[in-house]
Amino acid sequence: MSRRWVIAALILGVLVAIGAYELPSLRRHVSRLSSEGPSEAESRRDVVAPQISTPADTQSPAQIFWLAPGTSDTLAPATIQLSLSPDPVLRAKQVLSALIAESPSPAQRTLPADATLLQFYILSDGTAIADFSDELASQTPSGILSEQIAVDSITHTLAANVSSIARLKILIHGQEAETLAGHVDLTGFFPVGISSVTPATSNPQSPAQVSPGLLNQRSPAAPPSKP
Amino acid sequence: MFHAKQREKHGEIPGPAPVTRAPCSAHHRQAATPARFCYPQLVRTQKYFASLLAVAAGALLALASFAAQSAPQSNPAPSEQQAAPPSAPAPAPLVVVIDPAHGGADPGAHGSNGISESDVVLAFARQMRAALEAQGVTAVLTRDADTDPSFDDRSAVANAQAHAIFLCLHVASTGAPATVRVYSLPVFAAQAPAQSAAAGLLPPPVEQPNSHPGLRTWDNAQAPYLDLSRHFAELLQSQLTQRFRGSPPAPAAAAVRQLRTIAAPAVAIEVSNVMVADRRQLDIMATPLADAVVHAVLAFEPFFPAATEPPTPAAGSAAPAAAGGH
Repeated sequence: MSRRWVIAALILGVLVAIGAYELPSLRRHVSRLSSEGPSEAESRRDVVAPQISTPADTQSPAQIFWLAPGTSDTLAPATIQLSLSPDPVLRAKQVLSALIAESPSPAQRTLPADATLLQFYILSDGTAIADFSDELASQTPSGILSEQIAVDSITHTLAANVSSIARLKILIHGQEAETLAGHVDLTGFFPVGISSVTPATSNPQSPAQVSPGLLNQRSPAAPPSKP
Repeated sequence: MFHAKQREKHGEIPGPAPVTRAPCSAHHRQAATPARFCYPQLVRTQKYFASLLAVAAGALLALASFAAQSAPQSNPAPSEQQAAPPSAPAPAPLVVVIDPAHGGADPGAHGSNGISESDVVLAFARQMRAALEAQGVTAVLTRDADTDPSFDDRSAVANAQAHAIFLCLHVASTGAPATVRVYSLPVFAAQAPAQSAAAGLLPPPVEQPNSHPGLRTWDNAQAPYLDLSRHFAELLQSQLTQRFRGSPPAPAAAAVRQLRTIAAPAVAIEVSNVMVADRRQLDIMATPLADAVVHAVLAFEPFFPAATEPPTPAAGSAAPAAAGGH
């Protein structure tokens, strides 16, 4: 073996040793970058639903209703700082987008991460129409409880942040759907407004936590009248 | 060869005299005073008057029979008033209609261990039927196999009953395991399609010019029963909370689609949940669940006596006959 071959083999060996030394740290770096990046759902949402912002937006506290920590049937408001528009339609879009995207933890999520708000309108009589993507219907867990939680989180969040909305109609991809995920009726309107809260029980819960379905229920009547 | 009529015309054969004119003119010629009617005219006039008399008699008879039919209701004779009162129709027996949700191509909520909501609720429903029938209460299921009737088909089973309570059974994907929630329809959800139509989101309902003004529409059949449904939900939730720790103390209101078209007290029961590790955790709930339903039904029955006549329609609603019998 000539002298040149020996030198080449030595250089190659040094390079392999350096690579073997750097490989673990390189792996760690890649994994850290992947964990810090947006999830698939967030990336898709960024493409489908562009940021809603106007020059008139101001940083303001917003009350968003997610599941209370450690529960699966109780909503609780969380106050976060959002860039909010003075325009009620844009403001509603901003708070609903935050409701979907900025859940404190996956366990507190009320709407599917892949769901997007496609359109939002407010009619002159205070009727709001929220048009969500198909994922709201297809990925909301099936059941009265989970579907009611989803709807209540939307109506409570709108009521807390947009004062001009009286009732809400939910559309799925531009169409009226019979139910959200097989149970809750979407053919009608959902009242919006904290003032309409009337607990069904004689032990009303604190306003900080609201169980689904307690809104808009009339106070219990004593012996019911026969129709 | 001539035809017979031609031969008559030519005088070969004395044909029969004309029936009307010839004898009449002959009679006039023979009579001293001119007659006002000839014989055939007289016969026809008599027949005409006889027909008139027959028609008049028939009309009188029809009038008399109509008066006889309406008279006892509007103005009965004193002797009829003192007669025995008409027998009241027997009250319809209470029927509990149990609706195991989903089924067929729609398995409902899926558990991570292969638990299917449609299977679990069917087992619950069968157990409830047996428990109710053991107490002498008639119970029917909207499905007794792995089929998937539509919302309206299930409603039709309940609405065909004269005196029914409707229970819709579900198993949730969420919620604390081994807890049970009861839901009744909130007020705002009872008028859902009408509201959408009023807002221009649905076509307006077609006007039926000959429809009874008190008829209730199928889509809002639950509206007159909201109070009764909520009261039954309170009784049932109370029974369930005693048997399943962690269940809420009071029922909730939810816009459950199935309840909206039921013309009877109606509630939805949702058991949590299909995500349990073992199906047996749900199966052992069947007996106390059925027991709670039996107790609630028996406690509710005095508040919901059988109707002997159609309920008075509430404002904007109508008699259950409209919703029943699809």
